[in-house]
Amino acid sequence: MMLAGRRRSHRIRNVRTMKSDVHDPERARRFRDIALPHLDEVYTLARYLLRNTADAEDAVQECYLRALKHFDTFRGGAIRPWLFAIVRNVCHSTYAQRRFSGDEPSEEAQPLWSEASETPEAHVLRQRDEESIRQMVSELPGQFREAIVLREINDLSYQEIADIIGAPVGTVMSRLARARAMLRTAWLSAETEGRP
Amino acid sequence: MTCEEASVLLHALIDGELDAGHAREVETHVAGCARCAAEIAQYREMRQAMRSANLRLAAPQALRSRIEAALPSSSVLAPTPTPTPTRRSLLQGFALGTVLSAVAASGAVFVVMRTAQDDQVLGDVVSAHLRSLQADHLADVLSSDQHTVKPWFNGRLDVAPPVPDLTAQGFTLLGGRLDYIDGQPVAAIVYKRRQHVINLFVAAAPNPNHTPARGEAIQGFNTQRWSDQGLRFIAISDLASDELREFHSKFEATLRAGT
Repeated sequence: MMLAGRRRSHRIRNVRTMKSDVHDPERARRFRDIALPHLDEVYTLARYLLRNTADAEDAVQECYLRALKHFDTFRGGAIRPWLFAIVRNVCHSTYAQRRFSGDEPSEEAQPLWSEASETPEAHVLRQRDEESIRQMVSELPGQFREAIVLREINDLSYQEIADIIGAPVGTVMSRLARARAMLRTAWLSAETEGRP
Repeated sequence: MTCEEASVLLHALIDGELDAGHAREVETHVAGCARCAAEIAQYREMRQAMRSANLRLAAPQALRSRIEAALPSSSVLAPTPTPTPTRRSLLQGFALGTVLSAVAASGAVFVVMRTAQDDQVLGDVVSAHLRSLQADHLADVLSSDQHTVKPWFNGRLDVAPPVPDLTAQGFTLLGGRLDYIDGQPVAAIVYKRRQHVINLFVAAAPNPNHTPARGEAIQGFNTQRWSDQGLRFIAISDLASDELREFHSKFEATLRAGT
């Protein structure tokens, strides 16, 4: 409860900052038009990195606050990588030291995929696959999880990932190789044992 | 090339990130190495499964609202997700079923502007797209054969939408259905690239002018709109905007080639 209260006050502070810092409505509108459409993807990254709904929501809101504030530094081009880089920084710095760096399984009993919406019966089988895939991804160690999410879920190129994580393209490739090797191990054991 | 080298490079290969020279080297190695061949097959399969699964997560509506509310211009916006027009509408145009005859007759340049009606149309398009995905009702006529899909619309609509076969261009035809945009029945032609569904809505245009395509992102979806030969087209998909642009250009090119 204490925690929830703290979060709420944090959000209110964000709202104030956003409103008072930015006076240019045209700029804000431009920001809204190009940044808001990527909200789901930004949220997806935060959610996989932090493995916790409330923290991910806070991180995404903080990301949009920072992005708007520093919108002048955005030099055109693709905005997705820019937003991903910001949300990643937020995840690393503000919220996540304890979660992102540690590789312990999520302390939340609530599964990662709980917000998957209504499921037509015909899709139950596929849905279960999605659940187990999400679970496998969320169990990868931080930097490998990050590489896989950026590549396979958010569909970025090696160069874009390299720019975001501040590492050479070769590192991206080897992290993806490691990440997929780990996933493959989990995948194969899930196939043979059958996951719950 | 050793297995060790190949085991890393094969990831760049399946991601399409290798230059031709290296790609050939890896392929040559894999062709002669049963272990690496099995490995790459498994990775491809795994990658395919990941791509076809929906691993993205939707941001909670509450978060979206909170961020929208925090953006400075929000005070002038209605609480609905569709933004109200911010420019004065000179032309109430580009809405399906809207009569533009007066403007067309006057020979005025067809200026495309974002208007309230425009927003209404785009909102409808997003809803129709989402509905088609959620309700598992993508197509009334389910066929990858253009000669099955095209005639199906006969008698159901007052237009005959073109249904080009774009398989060779990387867009698979899934089928067609009737849908409603802005209160008007329209043709929805459904294509797919990888696991991304494209809904292409087609309706009668108020004039035969060709208007070049323009793209717009709305609620995370990309759209492309154009009109040609008396038909108005709106394509929507979660595909990246450049790929949707590619869809449009392939679509028009194929029609022009007379396929």
